[in-house]
Amino acid sequence: MTWRPRLAEGTAPVLVVLLLLLIGLAIAGPAYDEPSGYLALLKRAAPLMILAIGQYFVIVSGGFDLSVGALVTAGVVIAARLIDGSESATAWVILLVLGFGLLVGLVNGLVTTKLLVPSFIVTLGMLLVLDGAIFLWTGGAPRGALSAGFRMFGRGAVDVPVLGEVPWSVLILLAILVAAALFMRGGTGRALVAVGDNEAAVRLSGGQVDRLRLLAFVLSGLLAAVAAILLGGFAGVSAQVGNGLEFRAITAVVLGGVLLGGGRGSVVAAAAGALSLEALFTLLNLLGVSGALESAVQGVIIIVAVAYASLGSGVRQRLRLWPKQRNVARPAQPASS
Amino acid sequence: MTKRWALVVVAGALAVAGCSSDLPDETTTASGSPTSDASKSKFFDQTEYNRQLAFRDARPQGPDGKPWEQMLEPELVDTARFAKPGGNYTLCFSNAAVNNPWRQVGYKTMQQEVKLHPEITTFTVLDAEAKDDKQISDIQSLSTKNCAAIIISPNTTATLTPAVEQACATGVPVIVFDRGVNTSCPVTFIHPIGGFAFGADGAEFLKEKVKPGGKVLALRILPGVDVLEQRWAAANEIFAGSGLDVVGVEFTDGDAAKTKSIVADYIQREGQIDGVWMDAGATAVAAVEAFQDAGVDVPAIVGEDQQDFLRLWVDEGLTAVAPTYPTYQWRTPVIAALKILKGEQVPKEWVLPQPRITGDNVKDYVKQDMPPLHYAMCGCEDMPGYPGPWR
Repeated sequence: MTWRPRLAEGTAPVLVVLLLLLIGLAIAGPAYDEPSGYLALLKRAAPLMILAIGQYFVIVSGGFDLSVGALVTAGVVIAARLIDGSESATAWVILLVLGFGLLVGLVNGLVTTKLLVPSFIVTLGMLLVLDGAIFLWTGGAPRGALSAGFRMFGRGAVDVPVLGEVPWSVLILLAILVAAALFMRGGTGRALVAVGDNEAAVRLSGGQVDRLRLLAFVLSGLLAAVAAILLGGFAGVSAQVGNGLEFRAITAVVLGGVLLGGGRGSVVAAAAGALSLEALFTLLNLLGVSGALESAVQGVIIIVAVAYASLGSGVRQRLRLWPKQRNVARPAQPASS
Repeated sequence: MTKRWALVVVAGALAVAGCSSDLPDETTTASGSPTSDASKSKFFDQTEYNRQLAFRDARPQGPDGKPWEQMLEPELVDTARFAKPGGNYTLCFSNAAVNNPWRQVGYKTMQQEVKLHPEITTFTVLDAEAKDDKQISDIQSLSTKNCAAIIISPNTTATLTPAVEQACATGVPVIVFDRGVNTSCPVTFIHPIGGFAFGADGAEFLKEKVKPGGKVLALRILPGVDVLEQRWAAANEIFAGSGLDVVGVEFTDGDAAKTKSIVADYIQREGQIDGVWMDAGATAVAAVEAFQDAGVDVPAIVGEDQQDFLRLWVDEGLTAVAPTYPTYQWRTPVIAALKILKGEQVPKEWVLPQPRITGDNVKDYVKQDMPPLHYAMCGCEDMPGYPGPWR
């Protein structure tokens, strides 16, 4: 079996950016002389990368999911309240948190597709609903505590042959990333991109646009719940844990060269965008740049990346280093699954 | 939320226009240069600083073992004109918010204190939900509720001042506690010693425990809140003459994940951190975990009196101190109201002791059966019904 890496369009630039940042880290920080430093970075970036993968599904199919940050907070707060330090409750609470993410995604998707409310508005509404509900429920002060078993996924590590100690979150991330990449290579994944590119064409060729959109939101909600489990594990209970994450995830996706409005971009690039963002912030911190600049940096990235994308294919064509097959702009094919 | 997007647009526009160097001045404080010689914070007030530091050593008046009834250097005022014997009181309370664990523990303690006094027949509480405008209308509506006394915990100082003055004008005794107002019209203003003493407690501890030239990381929640600014102003003052190297002053937004990342970054960047100062202890556990996860010893650290931190402190044998902003102060306004209604003297400014928890007495404050975010200094252990309502 001959396998060669096929990079989807838009993946190369972000990988170059990521490589430069990693080289920068190696120069700036003594901790990055050995693999453990990068593993720590990957561990910290894992929740954002998972969120970015979820956000990618929604954005590439032509929508937005602004509710993921509030969903992460809700997941952590609910888990802490229900587990309340008892180890035996861990397993079913994890399932419940995942189910909650699924449910929120389902509601987002149904309102978007059936009631025809723009996803920007639906998920903004969901953000406010979740924020308000969490506040009402907790009074701003989360109660309860997470068990060690719950926190293991975000905090602990497992012995892997050859690699040594690998954080759980990194393994979870890799599993999700591989699954997402395979999914996007398949028929459903391609149809999802096609929906973002040209909805009418997909509909006319027999694709189930609503079902695909719904799937994107459900995946985003589910992955936000996974991110909540990792983040809650990483740092414990907090009612601020999800603040601003939706925006970070969107920045990451855009940085990965995914077109806002959908129809173009790869999921690996979106995850790489998230890792680049985290690497960039780590680098800025190592260089002694204040954390207050983070939001400014995010703003610049989003403007520059969107401007670059909207310059048009002509400029991109000239900027492109090597010709590449476009696997996304083919005539849309019907969903095969 | 939309605000975030607006922020992004503005921040982006600023950066694009090349104005990014105008961003907040902590860019200079965090840019690697030591801040110990930084100019004094505009929140620093030498007179008040000296006064608070002196209060720490002053001997409180009042019953032993009941710090919520004690007072430091009181200047008693006569309250005979408010005397209203006979009981059957309606006590009214305008609360700024119950939106954090500190206020929740305090509010529960206050409710239990009210239950201790049968002469209070009605306890009317309006929660302003951290909104100034709501609290202003709350206070106005309380003046029509036939209150025997009005307790106010102001949301912000300047904005609530006129509303408090209006309440005073109705002739009902007004009691202010926690945050203050810019008027002397309340019968009494109840508060612990204050932010300078809190900040100094932590900074002095680090000065003592960290070797000269050691690297100290200062973690703050957010800028611009006077209580928190006072804590940092005092710490900054002490660090300035300490020979300690303050390698960073960072804002955590009170977020555990952000705190953990910041501390992890500093451990990487500096190689070693010898002390951590915090302006509030809510994220102290996250800071400790960052050291544990990095596989290095946890250095001297300043926390607060929340159970999760105290337990970790005892379990791991940390070198730590916990200045407190005691939640038992929520008991005092109720006690003060009854004193006033009996015509007994109360201090014009009721300054409560502000104890700190040290390695010597931390074990006394660990309560294994209480929730992790419970504040130990609640003065509530002997109240009937403990620990039920605080769980």
